[in-house]
Amino acid sequence: MADSDIKALTEALPGESFETTAFTTPPPLAEATVAIVTTASLHHPDQDDFEVMDTGYRVLDDSQRDYVTGHWSPNFDGTGFAYDMNTVFPAERLDELAERGVIGRVAGQHLAYAGNQFDLSAVRMDSGPAGAKFLRGQGVDIVLLTPV
Amino acid sequence: MSTLAHVFEAEGMATVALGSIRKQIESTAPPRGLWCDFPLGRPLGKPGDPEFQHRVLEAAFALLDCPKPTVIEFGEAIHDNSDEVLACPTPPRHDPGSHPAVDEARGLRPAYDRGVVISNGRFGAGRVVAADDIPSALEAFIRVAEGTPWTEAGIPGLPMRVSHDIRSYYETAALAMVDHAPAAWASTRWFLDQTEAGKVMMAARQAMQDQDAPQPMWFYLTPGDR
Repeated sequence: MADSDIKALTEALPGESFETTAFTTPPPLAEATVAIVTTASLHHPDQDDFEVMDTGYRVLDDSQRDYVTGHWSPNFDGTGFAYDMNTVFPAERLDELAERGVIGRVAGQHLAYAGNQFDLSAVRMDSGPAGAKFLRGQGVDIVLLTPV
Repeated sequence: MSTLAHVFEAEGMATVALGSIRKQIESTAPPRGLWCDFPLGRPLGKPGDPEFQHRVLEAAFALLDCPKPTVIEFGEAIHDNSDEVLACPTPPRHDPGSHPAVDEARGLRPAYDRGVVISNGRFGAGRVVAADDIPSALEAFIRVAEGTPWTEAGIPGLPMRVSHDIRSYYETAALAMVDHAPAAWASTRWFLDQTEAGKVMMAARQAMQDQDAPQPMWFYLTPGDR
């Protein structure tokens, strides 16, 4: 078993194609509010787990970092996240960057999606825009996207 | 990942996407992408290494200075040594009357409980099968491996999810039995190749395939290249 072999199984999966690339110029990083959006299917223990082909999202409270992964795919190493949350969800690293003044502040809420999707149209048309509006409404300027 | 990047940018937020698979991040072309040649499951690279993680974030946030869409490669790579197996003991036989995998799973329970503390419960059992029920879930897959039709074996949920709970139970127990973050996939190889439960899952997977179970039902019992 090799990581490269597993990557080879998925590297050709088609993604959504966009005719134009949206491009937002952010405020200076030192003044920006930064959120994490992960496709690692993270959720709080009291939230619904991610079902297979679940295209929804979960809101992750930054002040309650009891995140668990509901990712059902067997095609990732889970011990990195088990040992250190920041391997997938670098909230403590963002805390340190905020303390140093590198970023303005860490967002109070983050988002998690399930990345193992074969049909991304619902994410593109529904849950993606809904999650984006939610974070924008919280004053988020910059989003760090992390896979698993 | 890249789909979300496009959508979030359109809503007025700047994004930086980390990607572990080069062809994917290049073909889906997020507005700002950092390809990190790290094992799947470790997008920040090294667990327990804040300095390394900060280097990844520094490179990621530097992309915010680019005036146009950009995908670049992070300057450090971490390659999976496909031969590396976690050096981790399995418990001695306690109940000779039970199947070796069931006896083993019961014997690992104290280590599992310690592993849950170490990992703050982030990756353990419990999606569909609680830790208490892992031995009985294994018994269902033993029946499949021994010839019972998979639909009649009493698998307590979607096979892929039950399998994930069994693997997570073992890998969480392994965390408690070593004093470091395992190399990527090292504990998965330990589970699949060196434990009785791993043998059961591999045999059950083959049996389900032979029984003409729908492909997703057996394929996702283990990583896809097994």
